[in-house]
Amino acid sequence: MHRIISPKIAQKVMKLIFWISGIITILILLVIIGYVILKGMPVLNLEFIFGDPIDSGREGGIFPMIISSAYVTLIALLVATPLSMGAAIYLSEYASEGKLVAAIRFGAETLSSIPSIIFGLFGLAFFVIYLDMGWSVLSGGLTLALMALPTILATSEVSIESINKSYSEGSLALGATKWQTINRVVLPAALPGITTGIILGMGRAIAEAAAILYTVGAALAIPISIFDPARPLPLHLYILATEGISLENAYGTAAVLVIIIIIITVVTNTLVDRYSKKMMGR
Amino acid sequence: MPKNIDEYLIEKGLFITAISSVVIILLIIVFIFWEGYPAILNIGFFDFLFGMEWSPSNDLYGIFPMIIGSLAITGLSLLMAIPLGIFCAIFMAEIAPKQMRKILRPTIQTLSGIPSVVYGFFGLIVLVPFMRVQFGGTGFSMFTASIILTVMILPIIVSVSEDAIKSVPSEYKEASMALGATHWQTIKNVLFPAAIPGIITSIILGMGRAIGETLAIIMVAGNVVQIPSSIFDPVRALTSNIAIEMGYATGIHYNALFATGIVLIFMILVLLVIANYFHYKKKVTVGGGYL
Repeated sequence: MHRIISPKIAQKVMKLIFWISGIITILILLVIIGYVILKGMPVLNLEFIFGDPIDSGREGGIFPMIISSAYVTLIALLVATPLSMGAAIYLSEYASEGKLVAAIRFGAETLSSIPSIIFGLFGLAFFVIYLDMGWSVLSGGLTLALMALPTILATSEVSIESINKSYSEGSLALGATKWQTINRVVLPAALPGITTGIILGMGRAIAEAAAILYTVGAALAIPISIFDPARPLPLHLYILATEGISLENAYGTAAVLVIIIIIITVVTNTLVDRYSKKMMGR
Repeated sequence: MPKNIDEYLIEKGLFITAISSVVIILLIIVFIFWEGYPAILNIGFFDFLFGMEWSPSNDLYGIFPMIIGSLAITGLSLLMAIPLGIFCAIFMAEIAPKQMRKILRPTIQTLSGIPSVVYGFFGLIVLVPFMRVQFGGTGFSMFTASIILTVMILPIIVSVSEDAIKSVPSEYKEASMALGATHWQTIKNVLFPAAIPGIITSIILGMGRAIGETLAIIMVAGNVVQIPSSIFDPVRALTSNIAIEMGYATGIHYNALFATGIVLIFMILVLLVIANYFHYKKKVTVGGGYL
């Protein structure tokens, strides 16, 4: 066999290429995060975090946007968590594989791949107009709930399924009913995994802007009632940047968002590490 | 026995939550079709889908340039993300030492968590001026959008491909190495072919994310409704069209934007059906390991 390049040289060259692609990936992240945080740092201070925006965001802070983000995310999680946990329990403990379960899975899968702007359109047509909730924290929160649902569902289902079967068998053998077993044995054991799912769903809701563009309004005041319009952080950043309102405050808002995402990543990683050590002995 | 009634009610209750995702997806499809259908009736199916002019003020609603725009941006970003993503996945699964993996995994996670608006903002502030200086024009172009999208779909391609490569039975690799093949020969001739269904799934998932991305593209693509003749031309994607114009659309224009949404849903469903064909079960990976 002819070979232009000997296997040994090919091995060395390819190893180098693999290393380069790994390093490029890390560099991409470092450049983006580094740039945003370095540029945002000078703006970040207590006045910016706890201040009200002045002159539609040209000056002042982002406190109402932080409250708006927290508010819509809270509503999204309050709605999505029970729905997706119930679904996860049903799929992993009750359902037997069949057409219906296949349909449920395909539904969840489709829900997680639908573009966020479609959720936005749906939220506008259904929550804002059809159910007459208006541009409000409620409409935005419910739209985000639909987006967070498949994330929490998938993570919860996997963590419930990974619970050692001997736990629930022991409980059933002691005469506990199925629900007692799930409620007292399976769910506590799966709790760290479910928590991770909820935090991931939270990350998805906090980062989203397209889905709430036409459901939450864009008010600059702090939302009090769930029927008040609001302006969560990503939406604020989008408006500041595209309308050229204030580059400085856009940097600050972007930095706050990136810091939130980094915190979420660190927390989920810590949770999963502890969880897998406890559950799988590694 | 009351206990059994409780159990029965709980099971039914859980069943209702379980079918909620099916109900939601049906509601979404019904409402988007409900609002979009009048536009397709009014404009005409072919004039809508293949019309070259989008000019709501003149009652012209052809989305063909935007279909091409979406596909072109997606195609170009896949062209960049697939090699980088697969190489990075192989690196993580096979080559990287433990320390490197410990850095790469949270890197991929953070990249996938960063809000798309932040990517768009970074593109607008850093990439657009850079492109303007390097290649002339305004800097807002299909190429700029594709670079941002590449970064956005990289995490999903890397994580799903890595998972696929790792789940190839280790006997395959051991047998190949025992026969005297180098590590690269083993990767190329054994591991990669065995992981192909998972790798294709990762590409389809990345493609879905690229087609669906909205605000980041708006911020860097220039949004001119035209079929691009070069990668440095500004383009408008289907998603961008909806987000840009929904704020002031009324009447048939409003319906036409929902009809644009129907086209998007249809594209995503086609991708999902293709992905299901490969029967690759995507594992849920979080943090340092599988849950």
